[in-house]
Amino acid sequence: MSEVAELVKEEKKAEPLFSKKNRKLISNPLDSDNPITVQVLGICSALAVTTQMVPALFMAGSLLFVTVFSNLFISLMRNTIPSRIRIIVQLAVVSLWVIMVDQLLKAYAYDVWKQLSVFVGLIITNCIVMGRLEAFAMGNKPWPSLLDGLGNGLGYGLILLLVAFFRELLGGGALFGFKVFEAIGIKYQGNGLMLLPAGACIIVGIIIWVQRSLNGYREAH
Amino acid sequence: MEFLRKSLDKAKHNFEKGGKLEKYYYAFEALETFLFAPNTTTGKKGAQIRDAVDLKRLMMTVIIAMVPCLLFGMWNVGHQHFLALGQAASFADKFWIGLLKTVPIIVVSYGVGLGIEFVFAILRKHPVNEGYLVTGMLIPLIMPADIPLWQVAVATAFAVIIGKEAFGGTGMNVVNIALTARAFLYFAYPTDISGEVWTYIPDKTAVVAGYSGATPLAVAASAIETKANVVSQFNQFGATWGAEGIYSFSSLFLGTQPGCIGETSTLMCLIGAFILVVTGVGSWRIIAGVFGGAYVMGLVLNLIPGGNAFMQMPAYYHLVIGGLAFGAVFMATDPVTATQTETGKWFYGILIGVLTVLIRVFNPAYPEGIMLAILLMNVFAPLIDYFVVSANKKRRLQRATV
Repeated sequence: MSEVAELVKEEKKAEPLFSKKNRKLISNPLDSDNPITVQVLGICSALAVTTQMVPALFMAGSLLFVTVFSNLFISLMRNTIPSRIRIIVQLAVVSLWVIMVDQLLKAYAYDVWKQLSVFVGLIITNCIVMGRLEAFAMGNKPWPSLLDGLGNGLGYGLILLLVAFFRELLGGGALFGFKVFEAIGIKYQGNGLMLLPAGACIIVGIIIWVQRSLNGYREAH
Repeated sequence: MEFLRKSLDKAKHNFEKGGKLEKYYYAFEALETFLFAPNTTTGKKGAQIRDAVDLKRLMMTVIIAMVPCLLFGMWNVGHQHFLALGQAASFADKFWIGLLKTVPIIVVSYGVGLGIEFVFAILRKHPVNEGYLVTGMLIPLIMPADIPLWQVAVATAFAVIIGKEAFGGTGMNVVNIALTARAFLYFAYPTDISGEVWTYIPDKTAVVAGYSGATPLAVAASAIETKANVVSQFNQFGATWGAEGIYSFSSLFLGTQPGCIGETSTLMCLIGAFILVVTGVGSWRIIAGVFGGAYVMGLVLNLIPGGNAFMQMPAYYHLVIGGLAFGAVFMATDPVTATQTETGKWFYGILIGVLTVLIRVFNPAYPEGIMLAILLMNVFAPLIDYFVVSANKKRRLQRATV
């Protein structure tokens, strides 16, 4: 018996760092298992911080940082966490990283930090972070957990930037604060709907629509 | 005719199965059935239905009911235009100005809307249906005469794609499509569809001295601040610039006031309502519910002691100012988005009326409430139906003896 177990262990060790399975951990959340458009998690911040590209970019980066490191550390600790108090332990770990991001932004990107206001702090309650810890990091090894966090953070950031792209372009005629339409000589009247959270909701809806028709999604009846 | 028929027949094989333009069959079919009566008939032994109210006839009835509003609206656009400029003009001149301002909006609305319908029909492989006929006419009637045409196009595209096609096409929409277009403009480009934009004035400096383009709703809302009696404000309005009595009750009822193209005349809306109710196309319960709900809510506000000037306005004024009548007759009765049960229609209509007055009086951000009230109740319509049906079930179960 022990021989068989060792064999299995040998095989697992032989798995390359970027095996097909591990690459899937990154690529799935980008499309077919996207945290926002498929799992419909983290919507509140996606609506709140996407009026412009710059805050959306920082928010995406912050969340990426938090998911990667909380996933990694929870995975490292997973065998020592008593399951009864696991949520509070997860929260403690997440809050550590959130506070670090918060302080970093405050120190080096104060304007953006002010624009993001409570939403950096609210990463701690972001469903994506907690969801990945519960669903993945608690039952997987550190390396796949790190990749999973990376994939989900990127999937979140991708949608965030996509939404912010359309909202800033259509709402203010700009990208990263650069007036695109004025630069090419078109007088552009900003679309006020895009600056409202309702506009973000509509854009997320359109992204889901496009994604589903590309993937051939059918509602289960 | 012969030539058209022949050229259609000549082109037909390209669009049929195996032809090189097979993809566009439904666009071709729509064009063909638009030009000629379709030759597909029931076989000799099948059921022969001779006269049924089909979708096309239903839609045409609504369009006919809108014609009085449209014609009056065209005249009124010109009428308001010459009033603001302080010029006297003949009936024909006024109508001509209205025609010049209205027809482009109608053309853009139909062009964009039908274009999108065609594209989706081809993509989804279903025949082009008549779903857009009424919407295409409703959209121009709820726009100010001066609206930029590109905004009409964008709003129409938004409403048809997001309001209708995203939900599955004609008959599947949750909220009224024409109102979706208007709500889109209202939130996207508020400066072009609120405030004093209702009268067509080519050059802003050319107006007669003392001119004010405030609508009755704006006058009533501003009375909250000035604490003046709303009715006397209405009666005095316009006296300074030679438009005496423009907001008297009879004039408000007839519709010689600034506003969206088709919404101003309560009388014309009532004629439309008569056509809809007599032909059985529109539900009289909903129309009566909206008017009744608004009137009763107005009365309730009158009774509150110490209410502001807008609350003190006689309740019947609520029925003739703004777009309440137009919304009640043509928007609330939309069979797709309204409640389906007969009892539910009462609740639906009354709540629209009540909400309209509440939004008008208590929300300074939105001078007119009918649009938001109808959109809100569109969303609640299935819930109302659900309660009506389950109440009915409960009642019948109690009666049942098993």
